[in-house]
Amino acid sequence: MSGNNSIAHARKLVEQLRIEAGIERIKVSKAAADLMQYCELHGRSDPLLVGVPTSENPFKDKKPCSIL
Amino acid sequence: MGEMEQLRKEAESLKDQIIVARKGFADTTLQEAVAGTAVVSRVQLKTRKTLRGHLAKIYAMHWGAGLTQCVSASQDGKLIVWDTLSTNKVNAIPLKSSWVMTCAYAPSGNLVACGGLDNMCSIYNLKGKDGNVKVMRELASHTGYLSCCRFVSDSEIITSSGDCTCILWDIETGTEKTIFAGHLGDCMSLGVAPDFKSFISGACDYTAKHWDIRDGNCTHTLSGHESDVNAIGFFPNGNGILTGSDDATCKLYDLRSDQELITYQDATIMCGVTSLAPSLSGRLLLAGYDDFNVNIWDALKAERVGVLAGHDNRVSCIGVSSDGMACCTGSWDSFLKIWN
Repeated sequence: MSGNNSIAHARKLVEQLRIEAGIERIKVSKAAADLMQYCELHGRSDPLLVGVPTSENPFKDKKPCSIL
Repeated sequence: MGEMEQLRKEAESLKDQIIVARKGFADTTLQEAVAGTAVVSRVQLKTRKTLRGHLAKIYAMHWGAGLTQCVSASQDGKLIVWDTLSTNKVNAIPLKSSWVMTCAYAPSGNLVACGGLDNMCSIYNLKGKDGNVKVMRELASHTGYLSCCRFVSDSEIITSSGDCTCILWDIETGTEKTIFAGHLGDCMSLGVAPDFKSFISGACDYTAKHWDIRDGNCTHTLSGHESDVNAIGFFPNGNGILTGSDDATCKLYDLRSDQELITYQDATIMCGVTSLAPSLSGRLLLAGYDDFNVNIWDALKAERVGVLAGHDNRVSCIGVSSDGMACCTGSWDSFLKIWN
């Protein structure tokens, strides 16, 4: 690899690391609390989590009805 | 000191800064934070539908934004659009190249896309005037296989490739808008954020990266996996990233605290993760493995709460419908199954 290529590559790496080092961060306690809150808020309407009653399950094969 | 040496030192210093910064915000762990929360009760899903029609391994599937249609891709050289309620094939699209590895459904429902060892992403218009589904664009410039593609809109799509880059394309003109370079190994998978402003990629360099779609920057590089990251997806709140790896684990990272929160692993699981999808609320993580099973994890407690066993070969792809009502698995056994 030519000297110029390595330096250009190294400069790019440093530039990228500067971006990643400079981001704003929050505490894990806050991140965890937000995750838990999101799950709590949406859990009740999560079909795979709470289950789907047969009558409301579009994928459940319903027994054929006959019209009398 | 030469410039090279200076740059090397600065790189090392920045890496240390990142490690220190992350530690500084690690005031607790997710495990501790959820200590008072009970594990969800056992999840038992049943196969409600089996989609039969592919003649070879299925490599990818993607739900449409509507509630019941999905698209699947198989190395039998076909892209099939399914009505999952009736199990009817809405479209069976023959592909120029049968070596397909990924497929995607546009949020509008108008387009589907696929690609693979042909290194291209082909866009198909499902709503053409004469009813025939034709190739609308062939996006060609990757120098490696197409591992994944996801629509941002009808006019933009993001692809990930074995050439270690991701590309944002202008579908109209068929040209590259932005090239996202930085991964040091094949890019295997990508996911678009719920707000469509960013995306994440998983690669064979064992990392996940988070990218800003508009300015092209990589804002986060997340490590910890000990092998290729094959699967990736956003936690529904848009702040968490879920990854699945050949190291037999899945992980949850948080973007705002810029670190790993928890690992989903079990001593009895020794095979790679191929695919993953969160349930609607994010509380459940469904992950497909090389051992033909899907494991269902309580995403907060990191405990296994269910298994989907029904395929006779590797589960290669998985997805949860947009209203969370059903999960679809695709397998090398050539079948797709709908579960809830």
